[in-house]
Amino acid sequence: MVKIGVLALQGAVREHIHKLQECQVKAVVIKRVTQLEDLDGLIIPGGESTTMGKLMVKYGFTISAKKMAQDGLPIWGTCAGLVLLAKEVVDGLPDQPLLSLMDISVRRNAFGRQNESCEAFIGCRIPRGGAQEGSHHAQDNSEHDGKLKRQDPEATNFPAIFIRAPWIEKVGKGVEILAKYQDKVVAARQGNLLVTSFHPELTDDLRFHQYFVNIIESRGVQVKGFNN
Amino acid sequence: MAEKATYKVKSGLAQMLKGGVIMDVTNADQAKIAEDAGAVSVMALERVPSDIRAAGGVARMADPEVIQEIMDAVTIPVMAKTRIGHFVEAEILQAMGIDYIDESEVLTPADEKHHINKWDFKTPFVCGAVNLGEALRRISEGAAMIRTKGEAGTGNVVEAVRHMRTINTEIARLKGLREEELAGAAKEIGAPVELVKMVAKAGKLPVVNFSAGGIATPADAALMMKLGADGNFVGSGIFKSENPQLIAGAIVEATTHFDDPDVLARVSKGLGKAMPGLDISEIVKIQDRGW
Repeated sequence: MVKIGVLALQGAVREHIHKLQECQVKAVVIKRVTQLEDLDGLIIPGGESTTMGKLMVKYGFTISAKKMAQDGLPIWGTCAGLVLLAKEVVDGLPDQPLLSLMDISVRRNAFGRQNESCEAFIGCRIPRGGAQEGSHHAQDNSEHDGKLKRQDPEATNFPAIFIRAPWIEKVGKGVEILAKYQDKVVAARQGNLLVTSFHPELTDDLRFHQYFVNIIESRGVQVKGFNN
Repeated sequence: MAEKATYKVKSGLAQMLKGGVIMDVTNADQAKIAEDAGAVSVMALERVPSDIRAAGGVARMADPEVIQEIMDAVTIPVMAKTRIGHFVEAEILQAMGIDYIDESEVLTPADEKHHINKWDFKTPFVCGAVNLGEALRRISEGAAMIRTKGEAGTGNVVEAVRHMRTINTEIARLKGLREEELAGAAKEIGAPVELVKMVAKAGKLPVVNFSAGGIATPADAALMMKLGADGNFVGSGIFKSENPQLIAGAIVEATTHFDDPDVLARVSKGLGKAMPGLDISEIVKIQDRGW
């Protein structure tokens, strides 16, 4: 069974764990670096990026997680997790520690303070199969019948919840834009790295979690089928 | 279309603060220290609770100029306290763009009967509670986050423990009741029956519940987490201690690793003197403010 960790130094951990359990995968609360070892994927949840960043550095998570991501471990960052995965943070604290993994430039709290936080339905480009980026061949999650079906990759009307949310100002080469809101990039993928500035874990919609699981599962298939 | 200030958005920010420490600060310098130590948010107030207790007189919302300086100094969310029932102080805080308003018993109440109608506001509110009924009354008024009151400014964790245990026990009792018994239970604790039913079914409060009032050491913070708190408010415990920076960082780590005694032992060493504590029997309780 696919085993996904949720980094639990601070933030909305419980919500991600529940969503992963709904996806029928094993969900683990991660507080120690040694727990990273046998994971198939990692979620860095929403919370305060300054708090999480400091604790990640202190406990050596930055070094281990960075190495594992470079070896291909799928990592999904929501909100604060997005900030931590970015190579550049605009307007962050000067010494804000970063994983510096994804070719994106991020602005913290870009949509404003809490009074600007909002819920909005946005169009998200998440191919349901997750196998290859941009693939139109996809597994139909709604039926769990395992058959490959051709699907429209537009998962429109995803209920996005933005809370003091960051946005992505610039994306580098190889970064696929998955969603925009008010003309700003709010979801993107670069290979094994996935980021959303909103919070699918606060909704009743499983599609983003299922998408992440699919990225992990298709990676397993690729490794076994072709790379070895 | 985007919808702002929905209950989901209001309670959602509290969900993001879970597992973290919200620290009382009285100026921008303290706010920076708190942020550097890993606070998830700071609470702006004129004086920390132990000073309010010592000074007596009327404690009001902090000077908006100081609050603004604090908001400008840090990137983490900033909360500020308003007096119970003082909805104009709350309107001022909302107009300033504060991230969370604490309708707090630590300040002198402005209204002896009525709490603020928090549904009127787009800024979310956190409120104190000593038991389940009080927590649910505040939620029915629109609070999007609860904190147990404890006894602020004492450095004595006993009241925080009492309130957290009380709420846990009352929730456990509701869970054991039959459907038709819930209306009677709601009447008993003075809470809306719909919220009582929700709690009985879910086995927990419908919003995040932090601990507050008397937390002075990393061990206190971990104790409250062990008892089921979603996170900790720490007031006088930080800036009335000998080494605010050290104790702030240690309480942050203890809140994360509350279930790991090895980490707690490590972070509890070399912190210097904690804030002086007060015996509850010798003081005027401020937890009795509000209802």
